[in-house]
Amino acid sequence: MLEACGLTCSKRDRTLFEGLSLVINAGELLYLRGPNGAGKTSLLRILTALNEPELGTVLYNGIDISKDKSGYYQALFYLGHKSGTNGSLSALDNLSFWLAQHKVSVDVNALYDVLEKVGLVGLEDVPVRYLSAGQQRRVALSRLWLKPAKVWILDEPFTALDVKGIHMLESSMKDHVAKGGLIVTTSHQPLSETAGKHRVFDLEYRF
Amino acid sequence: MSLYHGIFKRDMQIAFKQKAELVQPLMFLLMVVTLFPLGVSPSPDTLQRIGPGVIWIAAILSSLMAMERLFRDDFQDGSLEQYILSGMALPAVSAVKVAAHWLVSFVPLLLLSPLLAMFLNLTVDMYVALVLTLLLGTPLLSLIGAIAVGLTVGLQKGGVLLALLLIPVFIPLLIFATSAVDSAALQLPYHAQLAIIAAMLLLATALAPFAIAYSLKVSQN
Repeated sequence: MLEACGLTCSKRDRTLFEGLSLVINAGELLYLRGPNGAGKTSLLRILTALNEPELGTVLYNGIDISKDKSGYYQALFYLGHKSGTNGSLSALDNLSFWLAQHKVSVDVNALYDVLEKVGLVGLEDVPVRYLSAGQQRRVALSRLWLKPAKVWILDEPFTALDVKGIHMLESSMKDHVAKGGLIVTTSHQPLSETAGKHRVFDLEYRF
Repeated sequence: MSLYHGIFKRDMQIAFKQKAELVQPLMFLLMVVTLFPLGVSPSPDTLQRIGPGVIWIAAILSSLMAMERLFRDDFQDGSLEQYILSGMALPAVSAVKVAAHWLVSFVPLLLLSPLLAMFLNLTVDMYVALVLTLLLGTPLLSLIGAIAVGLTVGLQKGGVLLALLLIPVFIPLLIFATSAVDSAALQLPYHAQLAIIAAMLLLATALAPFAIAYSLKVSQN
């Protein structure tokens, strides 16, 4: 259970949100909506403890995430606007490094299975820079199926993905929620039925 | 431990895939040093007198060019976020990254130094002192530089700001390093200068990783 209590965040003297409270239970998909500049990314980054809110706390299973970061990070998968892959390294190098970094041990076959699933077979040795935007996104997303994380925080995960890619991601989201996982996501296109039941949370643009 | 070894390996791999960025600062250094005999005077005595200072100034300027590479890519492609989210100890990560950066940007400079010493007519004693100061001083450049890079990485056009922040900080190092080589030229002992540079290096080794980690965290906001 992820709980936000009284979060306040402002950027450049503009208050994005004030006293925002939210509870996301295990087995729930929260779909965060709002116009550009409403503070969706800021909220998600606060939920990952990458940024600190001006006021308020975020609790995961009742524990303040800023106090127990390493415990929370074991259960967290975050994908932001930036993919976190180095352009000069291949998909395979990027993924193996990321897995080691996040202390996930996965054998090579499982890694190739996931690469096949996201349609990158034959491209695993190509420097990521030379892949298309959608394929780069797929490299970043393939981590979803490699790290057994409970909490998924996905910031605009559908960017640059094709119809098949979106479908694959949405059905994974549904499976994850069915297994008791917890997802917070934003997107400017509405989630389809494939994503399963979800709760919508609207962030207003404030002046 | 193998985790940090992995970071080291990755940084080396990336560095050697971006060879142009490795070679450019070295070429810059070489050119600055070659310009001095043309601009000042080619007389061996003058060159010998200004030589140590020229090499050190060129090394500092060229290091500023290479410094940004330390965290820029990681910041821009989001790898830095993933470092933080992996729950690894950020000071240790920074220390490993600085070590890798020093190896790829300063060890080539050390290898090039005999050539530079010949260009500027340094005596063997002066050259030995120069190499010793470079050995102790360049890791210090990397460590202190990394703090400033961490602070400016989130800014556009952070490059000039980086130079403005760092050059004043490097002045003491420059003074002690060139004074050591000058003492060597006069056959005087230069242990004191070396000891002071070493003390600065030890202090930076102990404290800089924490400052770097903090500056990287701040840059996320």
